[in-house]
Amino acid sequence: MSNAAAVVRSPPARRRRASVVGGLARAGLVALVAAALVGFWELYHWVWVSTGWTWPFVVNDTSMPHVWTIYHAFGQPAQVNQPALINVLLHKTAFTAKEAAAGFGLGALIGFALAVVLAQVRLLQRGFLPYIVGSQTVPILAIAPMVVLWVNPRLPGSLQGWGAVAVIATYLTFFPVTINTLRGLQSADPRALELMRTYAASRWAVLWKLRVPASLPYLFSALRLAATASVVGAIIGELPTGLQDGLGGAIINFNQYYSIEPQELWATNVIAAALGIAFFVIVVLAEKAIVRRAPEETA
Amino acid sequence: MSDGTATPAVVRVEGVTKTFPRGNVTALENIELEVAPREFVSLIGPSGCGKSTLLRVIGDLIEPTAGTVRVNGKSARQARRDGGYGIVFQEAVLYDWRSIAKNIALPLEMLGWSRRRRRERVAEMLELVELTSFADHHPWQLSGGMQQRVAIARALSFEPSLLLMDEPFGALDEMTRERLNLELLSIWEQTGNSVVFVTHSISEAVFLSSRVVVMSPRPGRIAGFVEIDLPHPRTVETREAPRFFELVTEVRELLRRRGEHLLPEEEAVLE
Repeated sequence: MSNAAAVVRSPPARRRRASVVGGLARAGLVALVAAALVGFWELYHWVWVSTGWTWPFVVNDTSMPHVWTIYHAFGQPAQVNQPALINVLLHKTAFTAKEAAAGFGLGALIGFALAVVLAQVRLLQRGFLPYIVGSQTVPILAIAPMVVLWVNPRLPGSLQGWGAVAVIATYLTFFPVTINTLRGLQSADPRALELMRTYAASRWAVLWKLRVPASLPYLFSALRLAATASVVGAIIGELPTGLQDGLGGAIINFNQYYSIEPQELWATNVIAAALGIAFFVIVVLAEKAIVRRAPEETA
Repeated sequence: MSDGTATPAVVRVEGVTKTFPRGNVTALENIELEVAPREFVSLIGPSGCGKSTLLRVIGDLIEPTAGTVRVNGKSARQARRDGGYGIVFQEAVLYDWRSIAKNIALPLEMLGWSRRRRRERVAEMLELVELTSFADHHPWQLSGGMQQRVAIARALSFEPSLLLMDEPFGALDEMTRERLNLELLSIWEQTGNSVVFVTHSISEAVFLSSRVVVMSPRPGRIAGFVEIDLPHPRTVETREAPRFFELVTEVRELLRRRGEHLLPEEEAVLE
């Protein structure tokens, strides 16, 4: 919105109606893109199969199962005497979502606290930041078994297994939060800092009344990254732990039968992507509710 | 000027010198200045005359190299810690994430006022700057002039005896500036603060002030004082009075005499 005066005058009802129309238009666009992607997938499949092209890979019903085959797979039991795949997957999704949510919450909290501490003490920042960056260069698959080994014995019964996976998700989540929040805390307007000086504001007051609110847009752009990273972290965390209750377990399982029934792995991928998107959307909605900024400054 | 015993000065600047080690610049040299209660003092001069530096020294945002500053009889540092002055910068410096009412309440939160007292005072201040209907708006929804009125309300919210203003209307268009000049005078008449006002504009300085302090650059010195004896309340007609033009000329002459060594473009900044 470029005209500030228009914002002042427009009655709330009109604004609300405009936002409903905008929301519908956006949902329509997303649906249109989804339809186009499905169309592209099928077109690609058809062209490559009918021409016999093999570059870059051979296209057949195993490498690229039909969209309707994948869709159909949701309604069928993956194994005899089991409920439909969609029911199984939804249970597993709930389990993975629990791990990811716990990892996301813990990671966001640790990431934020770490950024606050580092922003306050320049020396700590110089000393620790390289290691924090370094922590992310360690492949998660390499440290996951150790995390399980260290964490699991200390966890109470109700957290056994999935608690360790949540810790792995935390490990992937905290990093973008720390880096971005640190930048955000240092982004406060120097004139605003000078104003705080005229009030003889304490460090604590400057932090909570100026630096933290100023960092919120940075924090939320980190949380968007962290939301999807936590889902990926939870799924990957399940692989070395051998947990069968989540999407990671399902992916390992369906991987083994891929040559026979590829649609089940694809169906699982669709659900995993949907979970990541759901996490992302929740963060975006929270940001809309919390961050108050000039319209042209919000993404 | 007061003799310091009968009516203690709100601001007393004695022998203040400020040199910046980088480039070996003498921003201020041996400044002597007193501001009496209820006095409206403008600092005017070309760029580099140290007028903003002097304002910041009074506000204890910059430490002088030599000399002393006392505000309400206290050291500048103690005065700042005690909420001895409110300040308005060239930009409003409002916090985007706070509503207008919450922006005005910011210094009150710092001083630990109760929620109820804050709400009452904010309502009074909104009325003073005539922005009551904008209490729940956010800064970006207001024009530049309105934002600056919020900044004034915020600076005065905790009733400091001194108001420091650093070219507060410098970024506004001429018409808005003249309207805000009138509003500032009416606020000043209601609240009875002392004001130290930095400006580039001769007519603004003459219109607003009880006294204009003319400064000259390199090193920053006080070139002279012009007592403004225009009657109160001042109105739109004041700007058209012959006495107004005489005083404007007097300030301009003082600036010109002391600024003979100025480069032409620096002189152009003065009007």
